[in-house]
Amino acid sequence: MLKTVLADKDSSQLSSTDNVVGMPSVAKTQIQLCNVNVFYGDKQAVYDVNLDFKQHEIVALIGPSGCGKSSLLRSINRMNDTVEGCRVTGQLLMNDKDIYSKEMDPVALRANVGMVFQKPNPFPKSIYDNVAYGPRLHGLADDSYELDEIVQTSLIQAGLWDEVKDRLLDSGTTLSGGQQQRLCIARTIAVSPEVILMDEPCSALDPIATAKIEELINELSENHTIAIVTHSMQQAARVSNRTAYFHLGKLIEVNATEKIFTNPEQDLTEAYITGRFG
Amino acid sequence: MINKNEVRQLKIEQSLIKRHRSERRFRRLGLSAILLSTLCIVVLFTDIISKGKGAFKLTYIKLEVNYDAEILGVDPMVHDALEKDGAQPYALANFQGLIKSALRKRFVDVSGRRLRRELYGLVSQGASDDLRRRLIENPLLLNKSETLWLVADDDVDYFYKNSDAGGTVSDRISEHEQDWINDLSQTGEIETRFNAVFFTQGDSREPELAGILGAAVGSFLTMLVTFFLSFPIGVSAALYLEEFAPRNRWTDFIEVNINNLAAVPSIIFGLLGLAVFINFFHLPRSAPLIGGLVLALMTLPTIIISSRAGIKAVPPSIREAAIGIGASPMQVVFHHVLPLAMPTILTGVIIGMAQALGETAPLLMIGMVAFIVDIPTGFLDSATVMPVQIFLWADSAERAFIEKTSAAIMVLMMFLIFMNFLSVILRKRLERRW
Repeated sequence: MLKTVLADKDSSQLSSTDNVVGMPSVAKTQIQLCNVNVFYGDKQAVYDVNLDFKQHEIVALIGPSGCGKSSLLRSINRMNDTVEGCRVTGQLLMNDKDIYSKEMDPVALRANVGMVFQKPNPFPKSIYDNVAYGPRLHGLADDSYELDEIVQTSLIQAGLWDEVKDRLLDSGTTLSGGQQQRLCIARTIAVSPEVILMDEPCSALDPIATAKIEELINELSENHTIAIVTHSMQQAARVSNRTAYFHLGKLIEVNATEKIFTNPEQDLTEAYITGRFG
Repeated sequence: MINKNEVRQLKIEQSLIKRHRSERRFRRLGLSAILLSTLCIVVLFTDIISKGKGAFKLTYIKLEVNYDAEILGVDPMVHDALEKDGAQPYALANFQGLIKSALRKRFVDVSGRRLRRELYGLVSQGASDDLRRRLIENPLLLNKSETLWLVADDDVDYFYKNSDAGGTVSDRISEHEQDWINDLSQTGEIETRFNAVFFTQGDSREPELAGILGAAVGSFLTMLVTFFLSFPIGVSAALYLEEFAPRNRWTDFIEVNINNLAAVPSIIFGLLGLAVFINFFHLPRSAPLIGGLVLALMTLPTIIISSRAGIKAVPPSIREAAIGIGASPMQVVFHHVLPLAMPTILTGVIIGMAQALGETAPLLMIGMVAFIVDIPTGFLDSATVMPVQIFLWADSAERAFIEKTSAAIMVLMMFLIFMNFLSVILRKRLERRW
């Protein structure tokens, strides 16, 4: 049974040749979470989570409000470091390197693990400067031509280029909500991270903008591993390869998306899916 | 029968009458408050301007002066020898005598020691310095004549400027002097001109020669020191306290203390400057450096508090976005937080500077109250500042200093208005919507 395959083995036994239902047969494990707990002061938000992310797959984290999905997501790129009193225990590995070790520079980690937030938050700079900020920060472009190229590519990939190509110097905040979120996605992919974490990226957007972004997520998964937290089960069903269901801080079940939504193994999962509680 | 709906309508109408009445009352109160404060400002400005506008004009008397070498008591040969030794040219020459002789020539029938002494009092004591300068510039004038406009004495100046209004006859001007002045005005040999002396000279014992340049330069130098000390330290402290400091007992303690310091009377900072900077560190008294140090201490709490408010107002979403892309804490601060908090910080800085510009009490304690004639050139020269200059002139006995005091107040207020105006413009320009 799939859930036990991942939950029972510890990280040393997992290998890249494990067959996962619904996945290409050989996929490298990008991120491994083993026995991860997240505490905010005395309050525990995440209990003993074991979860893997394979390269270039889209994993949806679903569950009712306040069940620790966002906390878990934020611990992957160490955004929780900025929260006072937040403690993360357990082992989190990315490309087999411990994320929380003393040698790991959080800044370098975040260059590799990008994040898109719930409410679009473009910088109050021009559209060009928004997308160019990351590459400039990490010195990814040798000259201004290369930088222009990176900006253009990112905006094309984010599906925003046609709409903004003649007003790159306008402020990012003059765009509509959906456009702003796509700008934030363009900003994130401009540094070419291996992993993109998305914390309910469409919850503040209208259905049409949401559809555009879901299409975008599909395209992005060709080159990035994506973890998306979402409240919408329909979105999880549409977008992801695998889905993980959380309840009160514990990982209840993780499986291929199709299986979770048609034939879940746990009762709690089934109760959530069928809408008995939200 | 009255139904429930009509009763309800009646009740609402009655309460509406009451509400409208109280709203009208409140509006009237607000309007009268504005009118009262406007009235106070108008009264204040009218008083100051009416007292001070006279100071911007200065009375000059036209005289024909003969640079008689004999009166000067200068032997050309001795003079040249002295000059070669580097002595001040014409330092001991009797230029006052030239003026006296010119006055005697103009008013031929004035005789007798007492009358003549009154006659000599028509022209300012400092006019002899003007003559000396002329002769040094143009040595060929020796034993030649020329017609000059010389500064009149302060009593003559006051009388001439105010007698046109047909009002006060000054008791410091005798009848004879009034006759002479009228005579001069009939022949067009006395007139008032724009008082450039006020803006180009330092303080002086002669009221007609007193100017604010010394105090203005002293204020400027002191403000420079204050700004370059309080701005970096204040903004850095605010950044540290908001962004990097852990939240514990110590930082709370510091915050409480900073807030309290903003309310400390300014003279206490003067005492601190006296005790620490002068007595302990032996820095030169009365220098802009010390004045700047004391005022910087005074302005720091204001800058820190307003900077913290500006930094706190930056939305956390921007910080998160920056951190998410991989900016280090310092980069988040300098690329995002500071630029967005700048309008508030700058407003606080300008307001703090404007307050410091008008401070007198702490500077009195550290000795910037001396009578300084020279224009200060460096940060360690003795200097005074504009508010102190106003204070000194207000204390003075001569009547002419009254209008000088008001004029100096006007200049100071112009600076303050300008600085506040600047802060409003800056805030509007730099306001960004996120």
